[in-house]
Amino acid sequence: MTDAIVVEGARKRYGEKWALDGLDLTVGRGTVHGMLGPNGAGKTTAVRVLATLLRADEGRVEVAGYDVRRQPDEVRRRIGLLGQHAALDEELSGRQNLDMFGRLYHLGARHARVRAGELLERFGLGDTGRKAVKQYSGGMRRRLDLAASLITEPDVLFLDEPTTGLDPRGRTEVWEAVRSLVDGGTTVLLTTQYLEEADQLAHRISVIDRGRVIADGTADELKSKTGGDRIDVVVRDAAQLDLAARLLPGEATLDVDRRLASAPVADRMEALTGVVQALRDAGVDAEDIAVRRPTLDEVFLRLTGRAEDGERVKEAV
Amino acid sequence: MSTTTITPRGRAPVSGGTPAKWAAVDSWTMTRRELAHWARQPVQVLVGLVFPVMLLLMFNYLIGGGKGIAGDYAEFLVPGMFALTMAFGLDATMVAVTQDLNKGVIDRFRSMPMTNGAVLVGRSVADMLQSFASLLVMIGVGLAIGWRWHGSSGAALGAVGLLLLLRFAMLWIGIHLAMVAGKPELVMAVQILVWPVGFLSNAFTVPQNMPAWLGAAVEWNPMSATATAVRDLFGNDPGVVGTSWAAEHAGLLAVVWPVVLVGVFMPLAVRRFGALSK
Ligand SMILES: Nc1ncnc2c1ncn2[C@@H]1O[C@H](COP(=O)(O)OP(=O)(O)O)[C@@H](O)[C@H]1O
Ligand SMILES: [Mg+2]
Repeated sequence: MTDAIVVEGARKRYGEKWALDGLDLTVGRGTVHGMLGPNGAGKTTAVRVLATLLRADEGRVEVAGYDVRRQPDEVRRRIGLLGQHAALDEELSGRQNLDMFGRLYHLGARHARVRAGELLERFGLGDTGRKAVKQYSGGMRRRLDLAASLITEPDVLFLDEPTTGLDPRGRTEVWEAVRSLVDGGTTVLLTTQYLEEADQLAHRISVIDRGRVIADGTADELKSKTGGDRIDVVVRDAAQLDLAARLLPGEATLDVDRRLASAPVADRMEALTGVVQALRDAGVDAEDIAVRRPTLDEVFLRLTGRAEDGERVKEAV
Repeated sequence: MSTTTITPRGRAPVSGGTPAKWAAVDSWTMTRRELAHWARQPVQVLVGLVFPVMLLLMFNYLIGGGKGIAGDYAEFLVPGMFALTMAFGLDATMVAVTQDLNKGVIDRFRSMPMTNGAVLVGRSVADMLQSFASLLVMIGVGLAIGWRWHGSSGAALGAVGLLLLLRFAMLWIGIHLAMVAGKPELVMAVQILVWPVGFLSNAFTVPQNMPAWLGAAVEWNPMSATATAVRDLFGNDPGVVGTSWAAEHAGLLAVVWPVVLVGVFMPLAVRRFGALSK
């Protein structure tokens, strides 16, 4: 069986800048693939190329077994897209939107109406009535957008930063929806700036930077490559910071201003109990102790040897 | 959870129906979308209908009495205002298309297996319907202020046809300009330019009242050709008839101009739409 997504050496240029610069990607059917990268890395460009909205300048791009350039309509019949920004008619109600999209997917008027009702119920939007989408909250809008991308139960679903800007509840809702889809056999390509999100949802992760993949593998593989989880200790008395750092397992980094020592850990539970004990024995007064996932910045620093560059600031949209 | 039947793992039917059938279905869906927008913004629709009426009343009563026009000014002005209303449709189309193209929903349309041009067809049908309604209102108001048609009803229908033809040309110019300009700021610039072009016509006064060079430009303005031809078909006072080729062949130009404009701008607009964001 062919893979759901195959990208080889895709390049896309905007002016002087290569938004995609030799991107390679293979996603097996029925899996969730996370595309992790900071703002400006090329995630949205990649998704738009895959979803037939944008044409790559170079490279091979196949989705669901079809070439996106030569057979875009075959691709379009098999994909769903949740773009970074809502792709909805803001003047219309949720029901009107879904009904319209259903008709445009050629379900026929009756089926489109039934499907719209089903999806509204499923995403908790059944009681929105005639309210126009522009009056929806961010979470409602996102759910409706997701519903719209699921009208035909696509083979391949693209989710471009699906939870950016959502509150924790909205985030959990989207995650749940993605999980249930995958149980149904859909292939998902998900972009995110949060390692946590990729970790939660994706079978495999590609870390991308400047339009190309700089690391890929399962979440565990990546974490071991990048130092995995970390333990943070904030001391009350700055004079004790060095002592605390020595007590941590592994090589600690210090943030003197925040009185923070941070070190990689192999096992969360063991590290936590061990460190608490060691600090207490040494008489270190800790204000805060926490085990956490590495941030994207840390992964980046590790993989590229440089902090994320300034472009992410410019690319804040 | 809903209790409705679950749609079979839905896939857009590949074989059911010809491309032509789906093109018609998609176009109708997009037209319904525009109609749904109207239903949600009745005030905006009303303002669109009232605006040309206001212009008509203003010119007739406030500015009024075009020089060099014998007889009733309404007889001269009303058909001119019909043509002007159609010409100003360019602006409405351009604004609507620009707004649409800057909306996220276009991305969804483009990622679906729908007929590419259906968005444009929906726009066209809606705009033509709006303009037809506007024309009916203007005819009603024209009758109320003393304008009459004197020819046959066939000729009157012909006049309405020519007016809608002009509107159709403006439609495609509007769509094309929206796609070239793209941004709301540039739309403003075009909007401002529409006014002098609209007024540099024989809608309000005869070109003989203008400096010769201006008069010639006015006579060649497609809008003037339509206005003159429509006055002729309605049997209205044409004012002083010019002797230039353009003035004498207004009827021909009223057909040729729009057809040429559509012939040029429709393919350009459709091509451009197909190539959007490629
Ligand atoms: N339409 C565009 N015009 C010019 N540059 C663009 C455009 N879209 C994206 N870019 C540039 O391409 C790069 C990748 O952008 P994008 O794919 O949006 O990144 P991401 O989604 O990872 O934040 C960025 O440097 C961005 O500035
Ligand atoms: Mg993006």
